[in-house]
Amino acid sequence: MAERERAAAPPYGGVFIPRKQVMDADDLQRAIWRIGHEIVERNHGVTDVVLVGLQTGGVPIAHRLAEALQAVTEEVVPVGSLDVVFYRDDIGIRPVMPEAVTEIPWDLDHRTVVLVDDVLFTGRTIRAALDALQAYGRPRSVQLAVIVDRGHRELPIRPDYVGKNLPTRRNEAVDVRDDGVWLGEVTKEARR
Amino acid sequence: MRHLLSVADLGVDGIEEVMRVTDSFVEVSERSIPKVPALRGKTIVSLFYEDSTRTRLSFETAAKRLSADTMNFSVSSSSVKKGESLRDTVLTIEAMGIDAVVVRHASAGVPWQVANWVDAAVINAGDGWHEHPTQALLDCYTIRKEHPARSLAGLHVAIVGDVKHSRVARSDVLAFTLLGARVTLVAPPTLLPPSLEGWPVKVSHDIGGVLPDVDVVYLLRMQKERQTEALLPSLREYTAMYGLTRRRAALLPDDAIVMHPGPMNRGVEIAAEVADLPRSVITRQVANGVAVRMAVLFLMLAANPKEVAVLDG
Repeated sequence: MAERERAAAPPYGGVFIPRKQVMDADDLQRAIWRIGHEIVERNHGVTDVVLVGLQTGGVPIAHRLAEALQAVTEEVVPVGSLDVVFYRDDIGIRPVMPEAVTEIPWDLDHRTVVLVDDVLFTGRTIRAALDALQAYGRPRSVQLAVIVDRGHRELPIRPDYVGKNLPTRRNEAVDVRDDGVWLGEVTKEARR
Repeated sequence: MRHLLSVADLGVDGIEEVMRVTDSFVEVSERSIPKVPALRGKTIVSLFYEDSTRTRLSFETAAKRLSADTMNFSVSSSSVKKGESLRDTVLTIEAMGIDAVVVRHASAGVPWQVANWVDAAVINAGDGWHEHPTQALLDCYTIRKEHPARSLAGLHVAIVGDVKHSRVARSDVLAFTLLGARVTLVAPPTLLPPSLEGWPVKVSHDIGGVLPDVDVVYLLRMQKERQTEALLPSLREYTAMYGLTRRRAALLPDDAIVMHPGPMNRGVEIAAEVADLPRSVITRQVANGVAVRMAVLFLMLAANPKEVAVLDG
């Protein structure tokens, strides 16, 4: 669970308490490798493919995915980052703050954009990201890669590449880190 | 941030927050479609009791790039001409349903008074000789972007000219010193405030002695419209004693930058060709002004809602 969601989800600014590890570091790396192969297979190579990581949790995953793609195809796949904050549908309802400056220094016309995020939950972040991408051109297609799909969608959005389908309760939280994926809760206690 | 009335309300943390959010809006402004839906459905009113080009247009551009609706009020074409009081004017506009008011007025303190009357967020866009906080924020941002030091801490800033009548100078002194810069005011004694007690600044009457030691030289406009008494023998004498001529600009260290809040009197406080030197960042101040005002509007109207709804998911 990215800092963005943690700050925006009740209890605001709470702390993630891990309960159970659901993927270890090797599982995570294997999932990234597999997704890389699937991207190459689906797009018949990586020509005109760009990766866009969603701030903040999707950005390190996008970079690891680019390494995997380069190892498979020996081509360098551009990696950008996108902060969807100005497109969120909960502005004015709960605290929202920009996390990082968006970096998409190319025209997206006629390219295939693979959005990369750590956890897919309600789908609202992806909805905002699709809206935001329009400011950078008209991609030929947009695909979605996530490490964990935890269900509970509130919009008609589905991922194209999934590391792991993880059934969760609504009040649980999922944290994707370099050393694996953890299931747990966000608690108010440690709030300062 | 409920209102933005004075730089002092923000403090160091508040200024840093505006700077950080401004970075995101600079990126938005560089896109081929520089518009985001963040303030859809919000209405922002410009209430300008004084003439303005860049501040009013800058706020309007900022609001439009955030997808807010804007309303403009200018005294010359309004019921103020029929004798309506400030309070009644403000309450009338508020009754139309607005989220923010951008106020400029010739009297110091008016934005505070307006903030007492309305529920909407109030932004001070200049009150008399007193304050102009968004100008100070965009100046801080511009120095951080354009000076090689990338920070104000330890920089030496000379503010030259009509300090007495300048709200920009008052807000800038507050902001620059909060962020750790040293400030020297350079002006003839008649253009300094009667008392500088409590101002964390040095004063000099010798521009040639100050320039070799500064990182930023900030020129103020000679405010002819506010000068009711004879404070200067003539503008030509001012230019001869305090103007940034080409000769004086050559005294500046290599990486020093030249700033001006506009509108410039070319040939008075700044020589025409100095205003166009690469080290002059005056047009970049204007460009950054839009992004800074987007950040301020976003922080006031979107980032921290008055009531936080408890949503799941």
